Amino acid sequence: MDKYVCTLCGYVYDPAVGDPDGGIAPGTKFEDIPDDWSCPVCGAGKADFAKEN
Amino acid sequence: MPVTEIKKDIYWVGIVDWNIHDFHGYSKSPQGTTYNAYLVIDDKITLFDSVPAKFQMDLYHQVRSIIPLEKIDYIVCNHIEPDHAGAMPFLMEKIRPEKVFCSKMGHRMLLDHFHQPDWPYHPVQTGDSISLGKRTVQFLETRMLHWPDSMFSYIPEDRLLISNDAFGQNIASSERFDDEIDLAMLMAASSHYYHNIVLPYSQRVTAVLDEVEKLGLQIDMIAPDHGIIWRSNVPLILQAYRDYATQKPNAKAVIVYDTMWHSTEKMAKAIAEGLMEEGVAVKIMHLKQYHHSDVMGELADATGIICGSPTHNNGILPLVADFLTYMKGLRPVGRVGAAFASFGWSGESLNILNDWLKSAKIEVVEPGVKSKNVPDHAKLAECKDLGRQVAMAIKAKVAADA
Repeated sequence: MDKYVCTLCGYVYDPAVGDPDGGIAPGTKFEDIPDDWSCPVCGAGKADFAKEN
Repeated sequence: MPVTEIKKDIYWVGIVDWNIHDFHGYSKSPQGTTYNAYLVIDDKITLFDSVPAKFQMDLYHQVRSIIPLEKIDYIVCNHIEPDHAGAMPFLMEKIRPEKVFCSKMGHRMLLDHFHQPDWPYHPVQTGDSISLGKRTVQFLETRMLHWPDSMFSYIPEDRLLISNDAFGQNIASSERFDDEIDLAMLMAASSHYYHNIVLPYSQRVTAVLDEVEKLGLQIDMIAPDHGIIWRSNVPLILQAYRDYATQKPNAKAVIVYDTMWHSTEKMAKAIAEGLMEEGVAVKIMHLKQYHHSDVMGELADATGIICGSPTHNNGILPLVADFLTYMKGLRPVGRVGAAFASFGWSGESLNILNDWLKSAKIEVVEPGVKSKNVPDHAKLAECKDLGRQVAMAIKAKVAADA
């Protein structure tokens, strides 16, 4: 599963970890996160994330 | 500095740091700075932001000239960075306020900084408001403007926006307002501040300005936490922030370099000639004379960034690496670049510079020019031609934007 980086603050979404505080269970693919989810660090939207190289 | 009543019953109670020239360890602040804190006298007496810990007693005397400190009911922490919240442990001990307002991220950061789980935190989010009596405070989260916890406090009854680091400038002065000092100097200081602190978050700046408009906030005074308060030029600074964030192309280039025996320096001058022949403005900056934050100040309105270094021990000179690291972190967009380099035997620096510029997402005119030892007339002509090529690329960007 791919990791995604917040282009605003540099936070990395790791699907293995998820974002439990934001209601995203570990094991959730980035693509499967709801569109209204936002970066837990800076509040950027899903569209501001890019796949990690 | 005496306290200043900026609105009826609202006081500037900040500190002027006259002699600080090193701002937070990464930017120069040749004109010093201020740490602005604001005291609102209402049914609930409220202090907005504070000062670095080393100035806590100065803040004490400022507030004490209006009211005893323990009369304060609320503290609002718009931003947790130590220049605005460093005095918190002292203030909490002295005041024991009823409530401390901060953003949700601010709450986490206050805990991380001061390790005091028992302070009376009241995390707020955009749209929340509190009453102070005659006045209301509306909160607007401004994440990454310029830290995750940053927020604005807006008092509609006074049309006052307490904007924390946004709209600030590093100026130490006996004047408090924008109509009391030279406007060109003030705008230059605003730009320098933005391009060294806020630039990476330009996207967020646009979003926040849109939000302020959407909320229909009537603002006739912007009180930032550094420098001068805006009251006569509010539309000007709001528009300036929009312009800074847009990073519109402009026919100007900065040539930045370091040099050992002046070969790289000769190349810099030849490249500048090529740019000037094409009508592009140029600033040449030797990194031994200019701090990286001053180069960013110049790059504010320059679309070209041309970087030179001799090869030294198979690498680039340390000051050039310093500048490139700093610039890359500030994420300028829409820039055109090129590299130039002199060398004695191995000559790695040109490729290293090109790679650096590309990694900073700068559109690089490759391959650039390298000169074995001292550039001769033909080599300098090559440099001049590189200057012309970069000028063309800059002008194409300007034309495309028009």
